[in-house]
Amino acid sequence: MPEMTYVAAIAEATREEMERDESVYLMGEDIRQSVYGASAGLVDLFGEDRVIDTPLSESGFFGAAIGSSLVGQRPIVETVTSFFWVGMDQMISQASKMRYMFGGQATLPVTWRARMFYARGAAAHHSDRNYPVFMNCPGIKIICPTNPYDAKGLLKTAVRDNDPCILFEDGIAISSRGEVPANEDLPNGELLVPFGEARIVREGTDVTVVGVAGGVAHAEAAADVMAQEGVSVEVIDPRTLVPLDKKTILKSVEKTGRLVIADPAHKVCSAASEIASIVAEEGFWSLQAPIMKVASEQVNIPYSPALEPLVYPTPERVVAAIRETLS
Amino acid sequence: MPPDRDTLMLMLERMYRIRLFEETVIEIHSTGELQGPAHPYIGEEAVAVGACAALRDTDYIAGNHRSHGHPIAKGGDLKRALAELLGKQGGYCHGKGGSMHLADFSVGILGESGIVASSVPIATGAALASKQQGKDFVSLVFFGDGASNQGACHESMNLASLWNLPVIFLCENNQYAITTSYKNSVSVDHVSDRAPAYNMPGVLVDGQDAIAVYEAVTVAVQRARAGEGPTLIEALTYRFEDHSLGLDRIRKSAYRSEEEVEEWRKRDPLDIHEEALISTGVATREECDAMKSDVVVLVAEALEFARESPYPEPSDLFEDMWADPIPAP
Ligand SMILES: Cc1ncc(C[n+]2csc(CCOP(=O)(O)OP(=O)(O)O)c2C)c(N)n1
Ligand SMILES: [Mg+2]
Repeated sequence: MPEMTYVAAIAEATREEMERDESVYLMGEDIRQSVYGASAGLVDLFGEDRVIDTPLSESGFFGAAIGSSLVGQRPIVETVTSFFWVGMDQMISQASKMRYMFGGQATLPVTWRARMFYARGAAAHHSDRNYPVFMNCPGIKIICPTNPYDAKGLLKTAVRDNDPCILFEDGIAISSRGEVPANEDLPNGELLVPFGEARIVREGTDVTVVGVAGGVAHAEAAADVMAQEGVSVEVIDPRTLVPLDKKTILKSVEKTGRLVIADPAHKVCSAASEIASIVAEEGFWSLQAPIMKVASEQVNIPYSPALEPLVYPTPERVVAAIRETLS
Repeated sequence: MPPDRDTLMLMLERMYRIRLFEETVIEIHSTGELQGPAHPYIGEEAVAVGACAALRDTDYIAGNHRSHGHPIAKGGDLKRALAELLGKQGGYCHGKGGSMHLADFSVGILGESGIVASSVPIATGAALASKQQGKDFVSLVFFGDGASNQGACHESMNLASLWNLPVIFLCENNQYAITTSYKNSVSVDHVSDRAPAYNMPGVLVDGQDAIAVYEAVTVAVQRARAGEGPTLIEALTYRFEDHSLGLDRIRKSAYRSEEEVEEWRKRDPLDIHEEALISTGVATREECDAMKSDVVVLVAEALEFARESPYPEPSDLFEDMWADPIPAP
């Protein structure tokens, strides 16, 4: 199977979807020069009408993307998670609510692709892991691909989905390379990963570790460490947070009796909080130990290299949490 | 009204400070000592220096992601600035903010924003307070041509005009927002052309000429202090370096030609200011050189201070979160 980078997988999915459907177009800041790497060459292929460089106006162009989707277009909007705050009114007041408010008349197939930078010395304004904020607002589907395969397959699904979707491109995951099958080797000739289906990254029997976004890599690293001690860790990547595949998580906890969640978002009202509460409500009688959340400290992201690493989950912190559930 | 000799010399000194500071930043970034993004201000020094020379210490400024030069021009301490860049305890923000947030509140700097245009309403609010408090403090905000397209910017200008606030909107039009030319992002020929829509004066000034900037800002300051409201000034300038250190993926020539960069480099604001001082007999070449040598020492001392300053302790992580602390969650 051919290997590719996460960013190349995003680029390939974008190109394929734009080739397949004329109504798909890409919009964002500096995308023709491909500042974030995933839109290189697209303007040459599809022209300036479908690869649109915008002014710095997130409120305006997010809203324009939403408006265009209302009448038949399928925009992909490229941005950075921290810039969501600027366009938030359009995302929440409009995209997430219009369909419901208008009694199902509105269909809003708009997809945001947001680079989620953190842990790179960029301070509090450029380190937002804000998917839980959107989880709290009904009406937007939330996708967190953690490898090139899922990045490609989930982006293609998002573009075809008829609701607003946000793809969080985790800063840890985007440096990954991995196998992505060529279309001709696939039964349907294309790679589509469905929403709401978790991936069991590795099977195990003693502890379940759910990784969210960049937390998946930490969960895997922690599972390696524990394996050397004879502890069998099951690692689950939910892949989409809305919809969330709670069945797979509950089934795993039923087997292991223990749950650790690694989530780079701030720990209060995080994705980890939601998963923990679901298991507490619906899987309580399977639990043999308290659920452990390994999430970011409830503090803004400091710039200093001496402080920033203290904030986020790490494989070591996941290992410590696993040990605690076993003790 | 041209600046007096002391002001002219102060402007020159501050320009040297910014230039040598930025050259040091580029150097320590290239060796990996400084990590994370940093946006060099080289080529645009005349804007910060001309503007801040027209302000008093009690006046406010706010900046953006490209704001190493603004606090230095306002009189911020070089040592604490470099210590902040290295994420040290001795930095302005004790290492919490870094390159995009070099704020020294003690000299009226109300902070910088990594979110483009996000400081514009903040500066507008400071001007509102100045008016409410019966003070004659003026507020000045530096923002880019890219920022000028944000709703926050347009909304602030409308508010400031409506409420007659003592605020100066100083657009540093360095002609690009990362790779996007302002000609492809601004719907009028010049950002300053928008001023009539807000019912305020709009002024276009040569941003390579510190004296011209000083004069334009001085007029705006007088207006603001006299209670006559805001002014929009556009300083046409140019960024000599890349958008951000470490962002090598963007080919330099892909969005602006080498020739264009070379043409603008010929209009180096430091040369222009030195020339102006020497040709009018305000300073001699030797005096300029001596001043520059002094600044070389200052910046070297600042770097030494920054290097020797300790890193914050792990226990500092939760410091500065709250003014009235609450228990940890
Ligand atoms: C709201 C927001 N959108 C996008 C960015 C990414 N970004 C950082 S600087 C920049 C360009 C800013 O251009 P301009 O305002 O002209 O300032 P300059 O960098 O030219 O000084 C962009 C797009 C950001 N930081 N904030
Ligand atoms: Mg600019």
